Amino acid sequence: MSTGSELQPLMPRHFEKELQELNERVLWMASLAERAVHDSVHSALDSNEALAQTVLEQEGVINDMQMEIDDRVVQLIAQVQPVASDLRFLLAVARINNDLERIGDQSVNIAQSALRVLRHPRVKPYVDLPRMSELAEGMVRDSIRALIDRNIELAQAVLIRDDQVDNLRNQIFREMLTYMMENSAVVFPAFELILMAKNLERIGDHATNIAEDVIYIVQGRDVRHHATDRR
Amino acid sequence: MMGMSFSAKPVMAKETPVTTVSVAPSETAAKNEPRISVQKLNFYYGKVHSLHNVSVDIATNKVTALIGPSGCGKSTLLRTLNRMHETISHTRLDGKILLDGADILTQDVTRLRKRVGMVFQRPNPFPKSIFDNVAFGLRVNGHKGKLKEQVEKSLHRAALWEEVKDRLNKSAYGLSGGQQQRLCIARALAVDPEVLLLDEPCSALDPISTAKIEELLFQLKDVCTIVIVTHNMQQAARVSDSTAFMLLGDLIEFKPTAQLFTTPGDPRTEAYITGRFG
Repeated sequence: MSTGSELQPLMPRHFEKELQELNERVLWMASLAERAVHDSVHSALDSNEALAQTVLEQEGVINDMQMEIDDRVVQLIAQVQPVASDLRFLLAVARINNDLERIGDQSVNIAQSALRVLRHPRVKPYVDLPRMSELAEGMVRDSIRALIDRNIELAQAVLIRDDQVDNLRNQIFREMLTYMMENSAVVFPAFELILMAKNLERIGDHATNIAEDVIYIVQGRDVRHHATDRR
Repeated sequence: MMGMSFSAKPVMAKETPVTTVSVAPSETAAKNEPRISVQKLNFYYGKVHSLHNVSVDIATNKVTALIGPSGCGKSTLLRTLNRMHETISHTRLDGKILLDGADILTQDVTRLRKRVGMVFQRPNPFPKSIFDNVAFGLRVNGHKGKLKEQVEKSLHRAALWEEVKDRLNKSAYGLSGGQQQRLCIARALAVDPEVLLLDEPCSALDPISTAKIEELLFQLKDVCTIVIVTHNMQQAARVSDSTAFMLLGDLIEFKPTAQLFTTPGDPRTEAYITGRFG
């Protein structure tokens, strides 16, 4: 008798097809969320009200997808009773789904701020806001790319970038406070810019959550509250 | 697709409540010491080498599950734990199996099987009354105490008392499959074993009877150490504290159940429990 411990492939799992479909739906939702972030910030940067309206209209689509994906996850857990990497994937998808929906909400907040800020003259030329937006969008994009490729290095790179987004938010806070102290006429638009920075910072946090979930899916390692494990 | 579709946490049928028996854990082994220690066990059916250098510690008052595809050696390993393999001709083993630190291979086998009881895949009651089935082991062992009380205690422990208390003198064959299996558990428990070996005890039972047996295991581990062989991975995940995955006579992985079913360390375990390979 052979002493080797080999397993033979079984019939292709129907479950595999369902997982693939779920994966595709999450990626579709992620592309909508990423687009919403880009459009919301650029509606302010480019003074484009129509773009802001598009973000508001798309929110319902993202919300519907959240419920659809949640339903799929619940059904698969109930019917298949998954274990190991299958279970980790489904649990992570449930969390990622929530993060993507929140990214959609933050984008709506930014779009609403943009619509309000567009009624006022610019406080100053925008420098940090596009940088911050680019960073946050990149984090969302890379966290999703890490999910597609099951790429741990890319996920860890997203975690590191979270600090840069936080620093930019602090910088915008400080700068806008200075402008508000100097000139009370800019309090309203400056406050909106602070809100936009705050929302972008939260988007970075959600991308970080997604990247942490990718590490959980691939390695089964929970790095959520262990900063030292992240780097 | 794997497993059964009923709730992951079995629910007991309302009409047959399980009687909780609070019995102090056996004091013959400290909780942190393994009840059974299998060390470098090799087993042969004739020339066929069926277990390869298997070492595993079975924790006291815990449920340990053995899983793996057919022919992986899990039932063989289970049978060696009370030397049931000796009932099969042309078998041979080397290595050590320690029960509370003492080698079981050098002990009196009757005394060993009193300490390490076994329940099989198919219920196998004797063609006797319910009472006599449970009392059988006690009589054979020359039980000196109160027979009736011990039978009642065992039936309580097996969560069967309420269902049979009014027909103890009726034939055991009149019971349902699930009741017969619990009767076999009661029969095994009657002699107060320290270890209970279960070889796919639910494979011939319906989901409700399965749920009752599973619920019973949670209670029984207070009074004895349980080793269960099961093909049903959800069952292993539900009832056991530790799980061993075996493959072609090798022990591939042995971990706390929660860990094995969420983050298995070996890709072969992952492939098997997710149903990709078998």
